Amino acid sequence: MKKSTKNLINIGLLILMFVALYFIEKVAGTRSMLITVLKKGAIYALIAVSMNLLNGFTGLFSLGQAGFMLVGAYTYAVLTIPMAKRMAVYQYYDGGIIGFTVPAIVGILAAGALAAILAALIGLPVLRLKSDYLAIATLGFAEIIRAIIQWDALGPVTNGSNLLKTYPTFTTVLQPFLAATICIGIIVLLINSTYGRAFKAIRDDEIAAEAMGINLFHHKQMSFVISSFFAGVGGALLAMYQASLQANAFKSSMTYEILLIVVIGGMGSVTGSVLASFLFIACSEWWLRFLDTEMFLFGGTFKVPLLRSGFRMVVFSIVIMIVVLFFRKGIMGERELWDLFKPRKKKNKTTEGAKG
Amino acid sequence: MFDKILPYLLSGISVGGQYALIAVGYTMVYGILRLINFAHGDIFTAAGFFMVYIAATLPVQIAMPLVVVLTVILGFAVERVAYKPLRSAPRMSVMISAIGVSYLLQNLMWYVTGGLAKQYPTIPWISNSITIGPATTKVVTIVTPILTILLVIALVTIIQKTKIGMAMRAVSKDFETAQLMGIKIDSVISTTFIIGSLLAAIGSVLYFTNYTSVTPTVGAMPGLKAFVAAVFGGIGSIPGAVIGAFIIGICENLIKALGYTTFSDAFTFALLIVILLFKPTGLFGEKISEKV
Repeated sequence: MKKSTKNLINIGLLILMFVALYFIEKVAGTRSMLITVLKKGAIYALIAVSMNLLNGFTGLFSLGQAGFMLVGAYTYAVLTIPMAKRMAVYQYYDGGIIGFTVPAIVGILAAGALAAILAALIGLPVLRLKSDYLAIATLGFAEIIRAIIQWDALGPVTNGSNLLKTYPTFTTVLQPFLAATICIGIIVLLINSTYGRAFKAIRDDEIAAEAMGINLFHHKQMSFVISSFFAGVGGALLAMYQASLQANAFKSSMTYEILLIVVIGGMGSVTGSVLASFLFIACSEWWLRFLDTEMFLFGGTFKVPLLRSGFRMVVFSIVIMIVVLFFRKGIMGERELWDLFKPRKKKNKTTEGAKG
Repeated sequence: MFDKILPYLLSGISVGGQYALIAVGYTMVYGILRLINFAHGDIFTAAGFFMVYIAATLPVQIAMPLVVVLTVILGFAVERVAYKPLRSAPRMSVMISAIGVSYLLQNLMWYVTGGLAKQYPTIPWISNSITIGPATTKVVTIVTPILTILLVIALVTIIQKTKIGMAMRAVSKDFETAQLMGIKIDSVISTTFIIGSLLAAIGSVLYFTNYTSVTPTVGAMPGLKAFVAAVFGGIGSIPGAVIGAFIIGICENLIKALGYTTFSDAFTFALLIVILLFKPTGLFGEKISEKV
């Protein structure tokens, strides 16, 4: 197939997806569970892909994602709360000190930009560390960011530890999908570029990569900054989805959740992360809900044991542990969805080559 | 001035001792498996819940040893189920497994408790009030540092003088060679987890006597701080972890005394980053350049 026809097919599929979404929303209704799951799934897909860029493609085990999401979410919310409502939101801080409001799209871009700038600063010292030390240092930075945002002295900007609300939110499911599609598209283009190849080379063997003339620090920094940019954008989208925002929700457990999504999807597979995000959100928010409510069978005489609030998450985490222990490659491994349609012969050849 | 600082200093020393008991678990596991056991903080929380539920029916004197035994079993089981199958896997997989276990334990505890904070039972004697100069505090504040130091001395003696201690040192020096010398790696690793969980259980009794409400996520923060303490003292070194824990506990409370409570957590992580950048082997760490 020629490259141009391939591109046409991809664009056609995307348009088809949006048309389908439009009708699904019309039929199911904006407030339905399906639409809620789709919205949150799309946002998590973006965040998971951004984390995968770092952990799966560049081999940098970073656990700072929640921190960058937090920065993005707050930047967006702080900049886009309408002037008329500021007095009510910042009731303890005399309406805050920010005297302007920007449109939502500018807010989202600013969210990404600020997260990226912060990542560039943090990356300077932190990216010199390796594996688990990098993980714990980035985790530490995320906690520091959270403490700073909740600091009282910054109250006029961040509203301290109080809620931020009344900023613009989604009106239709198409918005988060559009944002996520564009961002994931950019990441895929990046991964397929020379830079992407350099990232993968660093992941597979740092010393060999350096010997091939790849500037390690430069590329790590780049991957870190870009990943954080999209984490920031994802944070902004998450804020839009939630409609109210508090720094306390962005704990390290949020990073863990995203990391588990990436692992389930397969480290180093963009489509894997996307699929896993939708699965994860659908299971945790919807499909496994029945495990949380008590159930009676045989006309109410037999109470099904164990079913009660919280059981859903237990079952869910056991499934995750099984994936982590026994299916270490996740759903997709390092393959992408389109690799599945390629002729088998070719795939065998490449795996043999990799072994030798 | 001193009158004002003293209560903070005392609680700093006490919290430091509790962190130290958790930190030893981290540092020993890291020394042997090169793994940050993210689930260690949750094992500590689980010990708290064991006490809450057992003390509801049995007297505290019987509950206490039971709690220790159950926590040890939990720590042992976690290692067997979640880490042992991954012994030959890359380090990243094991760390992800640890994060998964932490997620599972937190959700499990949420399920059992219904997400409500539980009141920790009052342990006789150590919950009593005591007055030291101008400060009034609980007896546990005084008991913690003493008990911690005694336990650590005992542990160091075990590691230096006994056969299993020698095996531990050998395994932490060189995993494969130790195996070739006929050391049963699995039993050494299990012993490490048992000792770590035992100390975490004791630490949890002391910690929750001070902060009496137990929630499923309460152990995450002390767990991370204890890990920082382990890194600060030089990961793999037990005296280092203990000294690091005391320093962190005291600094954290002095920051609270100055009125920057929001930053008491952030300080710990800032310290971690500074340490990693300037002296990655920590205060007493062995000098191995490939570690960081």
